[in-house]
Amino acid sequence: MAHDHALDPHAHDAHPQSFWTRYVWSQDHKVIAVQYACTAIAVGVVGVLLSNLMRLQLGFPGVFEFITPERYYQFITMHGMIMVIYLLTALFLGGFGNYMIPLMVGARDMVFPYMNMLSFWVYLLSVVVLMASFFVEGGPTGAGWTLYPPQSILPGTPGYGHGIVLMLVSLLIFIVATTMGGLNYVTTVLQARCEGMTLMRMPLTVWGIFIATILALIGFPALFVSGVMLLLDRTLGTSFFMPALVSMGQVTGYRGGSPLLFQHLFWFFGHPEVYIVALPAFGIVSDLISVHARKSIFGYRMMVWAIVVIGLLSVVVWAHHMFVAGMNPWFAFFFATTTLIIAVPTAIKVYNWALTLWRGDIHLTVPMLFAIAFLCTFVIGGLTGLFLGNVSVDIPLSGTYFVVAHFHMVMGVAPLLVIFGGIYHWYPKVTGRMLDDRLGHIHFWVTFVGTYLIFFPMHYLGVLGMPRRYHHFEGYAFIPPSAHMLNELITVMALTVATVQFLFIFNLAWSLRHGRVAGPNPWRAASLEWQTPQTPPVHGNWGEQMPVVYRWAYAYGANGGPDDFIAQNAPPEAGGIEPDHRAHAGRGVPA
Amino acid sequence: MSAVIPAAATLPPRAATGGPPPRTPRGRAASIGLWVFMGVASSLFSLFAWAYVMRMSEGDAVRLDLPPQLLLSTSLLLAGSVALGLARSVAQECPLAPSASDLARVRRLLVAGGLCAMAFLGSQLWAWQAMLSAQVLLASHPAGSFFYLLTAMHGLHLAGGLVGWAWTASVAWRQPAAGAWRIGLCARYWHFMLAVWLAIYALLRWMTPEAARFICGVA
Repeated sequence: MAHDHALDPHAHDAHPQSFWTRYVWSQDHKVIAVQYACTAIAVGVVGVLLSNLMRLQLGFPGVFEFITPERYYQFITMHGMIMVIYLLTALFLGGFGNYMIPLMVGARDMVFPYMNMLSFWVYLLSVVVLMASFFVEGGPTGAGWTLYPPQSILPGTPGYGHGIVLMLVSLLIFIVATTMGGLNYVTTVLQARCEGMTLMRMPLTVWGIFIATILALIGFPALFVSGVMLLLDRTLGTSFFMPALVSMGQVTGYRGGSPLLFQHLFWFFGHPEVYIVALPAFGIVSDLISVHARKSIFGYRMMVWAIVVIGLLSVVVWAHHMFVAGMNPWFAFFFATTTLIIAVPTAIKVYNWALTLWRGDIHLTVPMLFAIAFLCTFVIGGLTGLFLGNVSVDIPLSGTYFVVAHFHMVMGVAPLLVIFGGIYHWYPKVTGRMLDDRLGHIHFWVTFVGTYLIFFPMHYLGVLGMPRRYHHFEGYAFIPPSAHMLNELITVMALTVATVQFLFIFNLAWSLRHGRVAGPNPWRAASLEWQTPQTPPVHGNWGEQMPVVYRWAYAYGANGGPDDFIAQNAPPEAGGIEPDHRAHAGRGVPA
Repeated sequence: MSAVIPAAATLPPRAATGGPPPRTPRGRAASIGLWVFMGVASSLFSLFAWAYVMRMSEGDAVRLDLPPQLLLSTSLLLAGSVALGLARSVAQECPLAPSASDLARVRRLLVAGGLCAMAFLGSQLWAWQAMLSAQVLLASHPAGSFFYLLTAMHGLHLAGGLVGWAWTASVAWRQPAAGAWRIGLCARYWHFMLAVWLAIYALLRWMTPEAARFICGVA
């Protein structure tokens, strides 16, 4: 049975497998990770194309007549939901989580491989259901990605017929998939670590994914609850969220429901979702910076606790998304305060990344470029978050492009930069070949500069008072002509950035056969995933002999001896023990 | 995909250890996985409860008269929970070559646990029928909507547990000692389902619109 395989130190890949069991119905975490990643990238391309259609309308209003107001709202909704849920969440947890956790903690596989396989196929089903909404009568829902009732299920909103139903069903299926995956990630981290791999020796990538998974397991049920109840309101006429109202001249049968209840439930999921995306990015970027600066991560324990504290705080800030909905001023004060407190552990992480870079032997490789770009972007997006965390500033800015700029910088561009960095970094381990460096540099610079030219001007447009969610802006005297010129520039840059992503996808495909052969450890990294006997690792990961870990994953530079780094599983005589190694003594752990 | 390790090969003889067989890594992983899943389910039902309280504080909320069938349901789930708890204890005490009486006892308790859960689901459907007869429909009022929703969600979770119970029973049927940890997991899930049901029952029974308005500060 598959279950034994992950936990049996003697099991290895000695079983004949057909093409179908190896690449399609595979229970190997690495294949599942690639399946997740390919699906997420494919659906992400759809999301990017939708954003380009929106930008065409905003940059050149009236030129593209097929972009009607109804379709514009459908593009907004599907773009938002696809990028947040089906791309970012799936790629970080299903893609990076699946590939990295067993390799980084020294396990043969996830502890429940069969459920892991099911998780991917259920995720794929959720994507198919979502995409089906493009082809049903009325098209996909145009309710906005927050799906706020009452408008999301009333006539007049695009896709209120089948589109909203398919969206809700797809989300419920996605949550089932995420739960199956999440059970695996948490249990594997807690149960299947190899000898010597204490929790405080795990790479920060694993810590980030681990805490993000716990957040997902706590937060996604809120989306499930709101999704089920909204679905019942839509299909069976209950009034969980729907108040008594007249719609399009008709009295509806609804009565007494609370739209605010939906907002509370949605954002109880929605805000942790920001950190479900951000925490894996924090972890991955920590590892990229340490490896490519050839320096131990600064303040490892602080970094771990910052991830934990951010995770805890993220579940008590949700109502800052609802300041404009109106609430008791004391509640608003509470949620503004908790929101601002999150800046403290986050700032600790930023300082520690900067201090890791300080006097490091910085190699400006493509992954490192993406990591540094993340630092800038995240700081900028975080600082505008401080603006919006204050009630008195949030209320006038909430309906403007300032908010669009903020959340795209902090949870759109920043995590995507980490995803790119992570893919450039670990592609050699996944395929055995390097991604093309020249294409990588072009991809980086166009993406980095381009996204800044897209989202920086939006801050200005927001301060001007330019409202978001509008299909066109003719006839608004307070919007100067310069704003329309900026919109044209933003659209051109959005098209450029989208185009260069196809170059990245081409690089992924081309390098698979033609990339330079990487060798087992091209970045000279110390963490365990680079120490597998084969590259790419085979099913079972470690061959006959399970690894034994003697130190942390950050033995670089001065700490790392003559070879500049010491692998986590190198014999103890090699040195490089973590600064607080005494904490590991007396627990039957090699040190 | 990988080698199947026969249960007997991984199970140290009870005589050698002087007590119940130690849990295998596989058993520990399943145990952690179940704790995590129970955490997820707790989050889910807590959020439903939160939504219930908020919704019941609105002006159209009315108090629900619960049908007596729910007391029968509660008794059945309690009995199932106790039966599986006993089945675990007996299975842990069984030698690797169990006597016929031990085997029969474990089997009886295992079957009783599953049948009680099935009867619970039947009793819940009976309660639904009673509510429908009393003209409490899904869309009648918020308390009615939540009654059907919460009982359905709980029933689905228990039905999922029955799949695990069937798997456990098939494994532990001939070799209770080897399957004791599985029975233990089933028993734990049954206890959890009982606790969730008691919380739902208490919520439906005592969370009146007045109490909800007091909690939400809109009394």
